Amino acid sequence: MASTLWLGTRKGLFALRADAQRRSWRLAGPQFLGHIIHHVAQDPRAPGVLLVAAKTGHLGPTVLRSADRGRSWREATRPPAFRRAAEGEAARAVERVFWLTPGAASEPGTWYAGSTPAGLFRSLDGGERWEPVAGFNDHPMRSQWVLNGTPDGEFLHSIQVDPRDPRHLYIGISIGGVFESTDGGADWTPLNEGCAADFLPDPNAAFGHDPHCVALHPANPDRLYQQNHCGIYRLDRPARRWERIGRSMPKKVGDIGFPIVLHPRDPDTAWVLPMDGQTVWPRTSIDGKPAVYRTRNAGRSWQRLDRGLPAHHAWFTVLRQAMCADRHERTGVYFGTTGGDVWASTNAGDSWRCIARHLPEIYSLSLAY
Amino acid sequence: MSCTVRIASPLHSYTAGAAAVESPGASLAEVLGDLERRFPGIRFRIIDEQERIRPHIKLFVNTDEARDLTARVHGGDTVHVICALSGG
Repeated sequence: MASTLWLGTRKGLFALRADAQRRSWRLAGPQFLGHIIHHVAQDPRAPGVLLVAAKTGHLGPTVLRSADRGRSWREATRPPAFRRAAEGEAARAVERVFWLTPGAASEPGTWYAGSTPAGLFRSLDGGERWEPVAGFNDHPMRSQWVLNGTPDGEFLHSIQVDPRDPRHLYIGISIGGVFESTDGGADWTPLNEGCAADFLPDPNAAFGHDPHCVALHPANPDRLYQQNHCGIYRLDRPARRWERIGRSMPKKVGDIGFPIVLHPRDPDTAWVLPMDGQTVWPRTSIDGKPAVYRTRNAGRSWQRLDRGLPAHHAWFTVLRQAMCADRHERTGVYFGTTGGDVWASTNAGDSWRCIARHLPEIYSLSLAY
Repeated sequence: MSCTVRIASPLHSYTAGAAAVESPGASLAEVLGDLERRFPGIRFRIIDEQERIRPHIKLFVNTDEARDLTARVHGGDTVHVICALSGG
């Protein structure tokens, strides 16, 4: 199984192509040099199709589509955009398309996109034309759910589609929380019970949380994991209360980070990459000593994995979309840093090596096959 | 008589590399509508869904900066689509 690791960076789109053994990686690109690429996603229902969330420093946001595995691209004819505001209403405009998620296998052609400011959009034609999901964007509670308090705006991310029921959706909003819809996005309810929100006046608030990354396990869609601004969590539905599995991380390391990555087959295995969330939130690797942590028992315990990673003076930051796992029998795990390096493990994180250096700031890593 | 529209380089991928095109529009709205017909997708990169000029775009009719799309354009005028960005 040949893999391509697509890299969305602040300055363009790159690809790392592996041989079948994943020993050598060949860097290709950049495509769209100078464009800001927030996310890349392959369509598992039509593997030749890739979507890219793009903008440039000057121009408005858009979505690009390839039907030939990234050789050629065409811009969406109707990119994600909010509806025109009524007189006297706050006028929202998509500043960036931040997240892309293909719909369920039973709905070929359906895609979802998340934006800043927090907006949800759907395409029914493979990413060509996008419509706002009014059930969220115009929800009467939206203005309260979304804490419009960060200068860079809120991010709508981690759009998760239940593979058993395409009408069952989850989204994460930083800052806002996790929300669930069981009717295809027509209505939404907060799903944040048990999650800490240490920064809010009411730490037990129903919403206003900061989920950095939420993932649903494809083999057990009742299980969700979350790397939050305030801890690592697991939720086994139909329960509604998240359990803080980050409590079992070493105290000196803590359980703050951006990404959380799930094993493609084993719902008990996940990887995180802790960062420094103390005092002024440096968001770098802790003490300059980067390490991935893995659980094999759904968060009851964690194992430090740093063989091959720099032993000191490596002040990594790894963003929420910049870590992923492949489908190989011996699972490959990958992460990209804001310093432009890509690190790979082909033994589930036991050891690491750098497979690309000196790239622009890495925003996302996505696998395609 | 048409106006000349000078297009900044970030938008040349839409105009097949042309840095200047002619347009018969009598207002900025008409000029941008004309550009969109000829170069699909270009308008949304310049104007957002609320009909506002995007933050890093400046539109000038000759030497006058336009704040919205109602600005009149006359034959022989030059419309400048300028991209303004700071930092790295």
